[in-house]
Amino acid sequence: MAANNFRHALFCAFITLIISYPIIGFNLEAQGINVTLTGADATTIVMVLLAAVIVFLFQMFREQIMGGLKSIPHPLPQSNKEPMAENRRAKIESWVLTGIVVLALFWPFFVSRGSVDLATLVLIYVMLALGLNVVVGLAGLLDLGYVAFYAVGAYTFALLSQYTGISFWLALPIGALLAALFGLVLGFPVLRLRGDYLAIVTLGFGEIIRILLNNWTTLTGGPNGIGGIPDPTLFGMEFGRRVKEEGNTSFHETFGIAYSGEHKVIFLYLIALVLAVFTALVIRRFMRMPVGRAWEALREDEIAARSLGLSRTAVKLSAFTIGAFFAGFAGTVFASKQGFISPESFVFLESAIILAIVVLGGMGSQIGVVLAAIAVTILPELAREFSEYRMLIFGAAMVLMMVWRPQGLMPMRRIHIELKRQE
Amino acid sequence: MQDLLYFSQQLINGLTIGSTYALIAIGYTMVYGIIGMINFAHGEIYMIGAYTALIAITGLTALGLAWLPLILIVALLCAMIVSSSMGWAVERVAYRPVRGRHRLIPLISAIGMSIFLQNYVHLAQGSRNIGFPALIDGGFNFGSGDGFQMSLSYMQITIFITTLICMTALSLFISRSRTGRACRAVSQDLGMANLLGIDTNRIISATFVIGAALAAVAGLLLGMYYGSVDPLFGFIAGLKAFTAAVLGGIGSIPGAMLGGLILGVAESMTSGYLSGEYKDVISFSLLILILLFKPTGLLGKPEVEKI
Repeated sequence: MAANNFRHALFCAFITLIISYPIIGFNLEAQGINVTLTGADATTIVMVLLAAVIVFLFQMFREQIMGGLKSIPHPLPQSNKEPMAENRRAKIESWVLTGIVVLALFWPFFVSRGSVDLATLVLIYVMLALGLNVVVGLAGLLDLGYVAFYAVGAYTFALLSQYTGISFWLALPIGALLAALFGLVLGFPVLRLRGDYLAIVTLGFGEIIRILLNNWTTLTGGPNGIGGIPDPTLFGMEFGRRVKEEGNTSFHETFGIAYSGEHKVIFLYLIALVLAVFTALVIRRFMRMPVGRAWEALREDEIAARSLGLSRTAVKLSAFTIGAFFAGFAGTVFASKQGFISPESFVFLESAIILAIVVLGGMGSQIGVVLAAIAVTILPELAREFSEYRMLIFGAAMVLMMVWRPQGLMPMRRIHIELKRQE
Repeated sequence: MQDLLYFSQQLINGLTIGSTYALIAIGYTMVYGIIGMINFAHGEIYMIGAYTALIAITGLTALGLAWLPLILIVALLCAMIVSSSMGWAVERVAYRPVRGRHRLIPLISAIGMSIFLQNYVHLAQGSRNIGFPALIDGGFNFGSGDGFQMSLSYMQITIFITTLICMTALSLFISRSRTGRACRAVSQDLGMANLLGIDTNRIISATFVIGAALAAVAGLLLGMYYGSVDPLFGFIAGLKAFTAAVLGGIGSIPGAMLGGLILGVAESMTSGYLSGEYKDVISFSLLILILLFKPTGLLGKPEVEKI
């Protein structure tokens, strides 16, 4: 056994060397048309060797390490405890959420402009993740092209404002409805497909939308994107220094205060906050409605759910459309916040980030998803020196979550009875 | 005559690209045939193969090696070894622990792995694309005068021959060797194969290793053909190859070869007669249409849903 273990550990360490040394240990440098090869510096090579040694030691003493990890008490001992009664838990949850929202309402007046801007972005991601949570977490449909609906919302606002001069408030429902329509039209044929095929089809759809936006230069401006998207107004009051449109007044003149660029940022943040709360509330309602229960039933056991008379297509389609609707919402806010959009913002990676948020937060759980959205957006900003490792850590985190805790950090919990295993 | 030459040119270009797609598609189709999951990170393994080959070529040239076939063979071997090890490690780390769980879990794990590998190469080698030296240049030209000239480059011939060798070797391996027979048994019924004393874990690892080695071959060939590599170039190629696998019927090896060729030709015809910008749209639309109307593909076996 020990000899076998040693051989395996040696093999693993050797493989580690093979897969890391050629890629990390040599640097390709392009100089004009010539490519030169330079060896990496000594510290990198030492790191590679160190990694191999760690892999060796881990594989060698795998059983002891795993045994040691198991004996550590679980940090969240609730996993074996009975969950609280649902109405009590819901009450506590809603109090906590109300508290957070009230805090969030007053928070922007005390902090810097940069952090309010970042918080707006976080809220956009919260909206996206909550919407995707319906599709992936509740209905169990893996949608890898979610960003397409986000793009539809953003481009609807941008194009309508460019060609018809529509305002933010009118564009918001139009963008969301159009995105929902896209979801409906796409969902209708593809929802018959099995889980992993569905994932690939939605991925293909997302790419098609992006390529179209990129190449339809006469309409969308292609890679140059669309600029000059107007800011939202408050009852006809604009937040710019000068009024751009006839008939509008400006915010600072109406209230007789000095102009400040911060007003606009805070206003956008508040809009995003209200919309995020709206999203959360609507989806919360849906989850308790028969359709919400049907989503979960279909996710858990499709055949059983169908034999109980649920229409597979209608249930899946409703989840898909609702998810797309909120993506359109988020897209409109995003376009307004940036003032400029281009296909660059709607790549597959964006879909993957939103998916990562849902997965990390715990599929189906709203609080978990909100916390994960905050963590995923803010952590890279805090640790700027590590920001280039952001996506690397993302990828690794997704794999590790699936291996160790596929239900997420804060999984959705339901009242249930676990049968004792017979010894 | 001009039209015919133009058409044959598109056909040749399409078959060239298509045969490399077929090489990558085999990795998808074999893994799907055995454990029923989409190995999303396969495109990245192909990209790593291309990078390793480029590193080996540059290194060997810098060492003063001048005999071209030797350089290419050594580079190919290096790429295959690194990619296969990568395939083995990926299966071990990201797929084996989640095998047998709900369908979405291995898929999400695979997406995570794909993002990880992309950024691994991005951090190690930079995000800019790096030129791949054109080691094999020249070719035959057909057509005369000032009309359209059809060309068949030596590079394209190399791609055809290499793919042909790989495909033949793979077919022989699957149909004749002991491991190949075990592979077929495992893909038919994993549980039963296990009962009959086949080490299924080893066979699954072997599948990943074989698929990765073929992807590495494609990486070297396509890298040289396109003339540059960058960390993102595995993603689209992987998606195309997956389309090819689905087109031919996922799980079927001859299907992957056929699907690759059809997709390659469809793509080059689109860029030849319509517009190059929309060739990706064509292949994704093709993918969506096939999945909608004939999910089993051209040569796939229909899957019976058991209750």
